[in-house]
Amino acid sequence: MDLTFDEGELAFRDELRAWLADHDPGREPESEDGHFAWRRDFQRELGRDGWAAVHWPPEYGGRGATLTQSAIFFEELGRSGAPLPANVLGLLLAGPTIMTWGTPDQKERYLTPILTAEEIWCQGFSEPDAGSDLASLKTRAVKDEDGWVVTGQKVWTSAAQYSKWCMLVARTDSEAPKHKGLTYFLMDMEQDAVHVRPLRQITGESEFNELFIDGARIPDENVLGGEGNGWKVALTTLMNERAGLAFFLQVRLRQLLDRLVATASESGQLDDPVIADRLGELHLKAEILRLTAYRGLTAIQKYGQPGPEGSLTKWMWSETNQQLTQFATDLLGPAALQAGAPWAYELLRARGNSIEGGTTEVLKNIVAERVLGLPKAR
Amino acid sequence: MDFDLTEDQREIKDVAREMLTARSPLARVREAAEAGAYDEALWREIVELGWPGIAVAEEHGGQGLGAVELAVLLEELGYACAATPFLATAVAAAAIQAGGTDEQRARWLPGLVSGEVRAGIGRADLVVDGHGADVVVLLDDDGARLVSDAEAEPLQTIDPTRRFAAVRGDGEPLSPDVADRARAAIAAEVVGVCQRALEMTLDYVKERKQFGVAVGSFQAVSHRCAQMLLHTESARSTAYYAAWAADADPQRLGEAAALAAAAAATGAREVAASAIQAHGGIGFTWEADVHWLYKRGELDRALLGGAHRHHAALARAAAQRVAVPTAG
Repeated sequence: MDLTFDEGELAFRDELRAWLADHDPGREPESEDGHFAWRRDFQRELGRDGWAAVHWPPEYGGRGATLTQSAIFFEELGRSGAPLPANVLGLLLAGPTIMTWGTPDQKERYLTPILTAEEIWCQGFSEPDAGSDLASLKTRAVKDEDGWVVTGQKVWTSAAQYSKWCMLVARTDSEAPKHKGLTYFLMDMEQDAVHVRPLRQITGESEFNELFIDGARIPDENVLGGEGNGWKVALTTLMNERAGLAFFLQVRLRQLLDRLVATASESGQLDDPVIADRLGELHLKAEILRLTAYRGLTAIQKYGQPGPEGSLTKWMWSETNQQLTQFATDLLGPAALQAGAPWAYELLRARGNSIEGGTTEVLKNIVAERVLGLPKAR
Repeated sequence: MDFDLTEDQREIKDVAREMLTARSPLARVREAAEAGAYDEALWREIVELGWPGIAVAEEHGGQGLGAVELAVLLEELGYACAATPFLATAVAAAAIQAGGTDEQRARWLPGLVSGEVRAGIGRADLVVDGHGADVVVLLDDDGARLVSDAEAEPLQTIDPTRRFAAVRGDGEPLSPDVADRARAAIAAEVVGVCQRALEMTLDYVKERKQFGVAVGSFQAVSHRCAQMLLHTESARSTAYYAAWAADADPQRLGEAAALAAAAAATGAREVAASAIQAHGGIGFTWEADVHWLYKRGELDRALLGGAHRHHAALARAAAQRVAVPTAG
């Protein structure tokens, strides 16, 4: 057991810290489009010095970073106040999935523009009637002489309005049982048959979209991993979803908590034992999150798969972030509830945490069935 | 970064699990508890294996290992809920080894390792094995003291798998990290208590059928079990961190021990209480044996001083880290 970074990890961290200190991302723009452009610019800066996708192998423009180094990357990025790269779905999901399942031509075609943020990616998995139950999706792709024709609807598609490509899972064989008969496509978003409609969320912004697909065309060479193999390919994408991001989110939670503790300390509220108790407990939870995330990382590095703790961090993070933002509202009073106040935004945005990327209820089912070996839930 | 037990530490854990599964099944624990006595045969075997001296230097008859190895053994003793004076003896020995003077070490350690000297440890109002102890490590909010002429008054607690007493005495100060080391160690025992309560519950809800199906297939039950795992793993992450910090990074020990104590105090209560609930009516019976874990958990929680004092300490630590922007 050694809970310190080794020399390679320290060198990696120090080099990154120095780079981040030299590359101030500047003020966060107010408008949503401005915000996205800001993140795109910052990814290009990262990319120029080989920091955009540290976990990618060197042959594709990455640094071949270990899992721990990749965790350090996201921790430091979060700590520095820099934004997540604009093409985060391309870097974390599409890229690794194409590396695993792609043909040499597909790798050649798609990977570099992901890295340089020339082509933004979105993820077309969820549908109005297929959220947690992904295998029941209804979007259909029918083959004709020129390739595939797609019809259907997707939802919760982050960054669709900026995207060139979509990781699309569609049903190609309606006779086959649920998981079979799905195919994974790389769909060009720039065609008239694809309509993007922003969803206005409870914060007032539109991070997510609805996607209406009415006869969109996809050429045969844009099938990834083979016809009928979509479930397996999609699992590769979903496996990649949770790893690195967890550290970024965990650090962001820590920053929010530090801000609240500083405020409570300056105002003298920390002398109130009830308030100190709650803040101490939140500090405990933030540390449990960090420690457990690192335990999970060690398990994957040593045994090739996460231990029982691996399935807990997303659930813990969302719960803690919600408790933290609610407690901040209690502590700061009506000032925190004014429209446009930073804590008001955090309070509302946190409600999505226990839904996006797997609802807490589904995560508990997964823990119960796969980790604890309990019978399938009723 | 390697946040996992080493192969040697795993080996210690496996050997302890195997030995205790064979020698100290819950039926044996119940027998000892009902007789109001420790399982002396088991204790002799534990002494022969050298476990009380796991974290004592070889020159004093110990095994010369560290706080993580001690934590691993405590976890297994907690898992077995074994009726022995192991917690007090081994943790007092480790405390004297780490925070005593040369003279104190020479005086107490050989006897603790050989089982001839009996030790107590805890806060003045609750000392495990305090009655009849030759030496007591007394913890308070400011640190720890070594008391050799303690006045002890036996307590009849709800946990008859161990002996407790209230203790008075002045004693000599031990180094300031001793109290933190002791809390880290008690937290490690709690990890084992939680793990056992979880496993017993899983076995039960997979077997027990109602409405024609295993009750573990109901989400109200299975989600409770998931929550038990979350508490157990939270206690484990922090207990291992504190044990590691005790030897490898003493500067972080104070906060790490508070994290471990707080997570253990909460986990002990939540997990063992959930175990009783998930067992339904049978869980409320004497024969089901789940209550030993709840009782041990509550007493360990009390030995740790509850969760709230540690939350308060953690709030102070959090405020300090914000006040010093260069930290961490």
